[in-house]
Amino acid sequence: MSNLIQNIIWFIVLIILQVLIFNNINLFGYINPLFYIIFIFYFPLKKEKTSLLLFSFFLGLSIDFFSDTGGINAAATLFIAYFRLPILLTILGKSDFDYLLFNIRSLSFTKSFWYILSLTFIHHLIVFTLDFFSLNEFGSILMKTISTTTFSLSLIFLAIILFTKRR
Amino acid sequence: MKQIIKFIEKYRYFILFLMLEFFAFFFTIQTHSYHRSKFVNSANIITGGFYNKISEVNDFFYLKSENQRLLKENTTLKNILSLESIDIDSISKQLLDSTKQFRRYGYSSAKIISNNYTNQNNFLLINKGFKNGISAEMAVVNSKGIIGVTKSVSKYNATIISVLNGYSQINTKIKGNDHFGTLSWDGKDYRTLQLKDLPRQAHIKIGDTIITGGKSTIFPEGILVGVVKSFEISNKIFKKIDITLFNDMSSISNVNIITNLHKEDILKLETNNNE
Repeated sequence: MSNLIQNIIWFIVLIILQVLIFNNINLFGYINPLFYIIFIFYFPLKKEKTSLLLFSFFLGLSIDFFSDTGGINAAATLFIAYFRLPILLTILGKSDFDYLLFNIRSLSFTKSFWYILSLTFIHHLIVFTLDFFSLNEFGSILMKTISTTTFSLSLIFLAIILFTKRR
Repeated sequence: MKQIIKFIEKYRYFILFLMLEFFAFFFTIQTHSYHRSKFVNSANIITGGFYNKISEVNDFFYLKSENQRLLKENTTLKNILSLESIDIDSISKQLLDSTKQFRRYGYSSAKIISNNYTNQNNFLLINKGFKNGISAEMAVVNSKGIIGVTKSVSKYNATIISVLNGYSQINTKIKGNDHFGTLSWDGKDYRTLQLKDLPRQAHIKIGDTIITGGKSTIFPEGILVGVVKSFEISNKIFKKIDITLFNDMSSISNVNIITNLHKEDILKLETNNNE
């Protein structure tokens, strides 16, 4: 129960942070980091996925409501929420592990880097593909994805290093 | 039956995933169709209220530049007012007869409380809604030029399709020679827009002023847009005309909403013609 309340608070805080600060950075005129997906990395790893899927869908949808982007963020966030576990298992090279003891800081740096990088990249790629909505612009989509991923990734790493305890 | 339940149980996360993803794509496609109203917009009470509160703080950062812009606009308007016609003397000037006057457009004011310009399809949010007489498809301008067209309207807020939106198409013309074109945006630079469908006999040069054409029921004629930045001609056809906007879309605050008071009449005429 306390876990649920914690997640709801985290959910609201992330929306406010994203809408108030990160949507207004406009680095070089057009780069805004999508920091809110840190929610997916922090959400406790469980076999039971329903709450994660619902949370991530509504997180993305709330961001969409604030930034008038339809369902773009909802689609992308839901996607990485669903494929979080398979990707993590592939990176760790395991078929199963102890879910209770899992912590993002318990991974080695390279492994957590690849984990966060791949999810962030997939998320941003979906967001910008749906935003441009045309494959003729694939060059621009890729450019924007890479530049924004770099920015989001550094912010997410900074937050994880500063605000979590090493185990 | 048992098989079906087993199937659902086995793939329940995947089914949930697909269902939610379907909704997300549905909302996405809705934003990409200009004429359909969309469910997901920031003109609702929660997001609108939130942005209203935030803009109270943010306004302080724009105060100085906004004041200067408004002062400049006031000066221009006063200069226009002080122009006097030569053949009207002081006596006949007093006899202003309102029945001889005629009003096509009504102006009202609003404030941008959420500004976007980094996406492909940008929407703005203003602090006026249908309680203040705003409805869909009204022109939004400020003293420097065009900003957009209203779209979703709620009680106290309304979203605006910015000119920086891939689906925005505004009828414009070159000042002085009445050749019409369509203003659109390719999504690359928020200072540069594109002019399309300009007829081949039109003459343009770099630095020409572009104004709205008045061929739609939304924008009055003669609202400032921008100046021609560069253009390419191949085979005597204009390939690409870049326009530098007069407005800096990254810092806009106070705007005017223009209501076309004759819109219903025009639309009625048009439907009559189509029948």
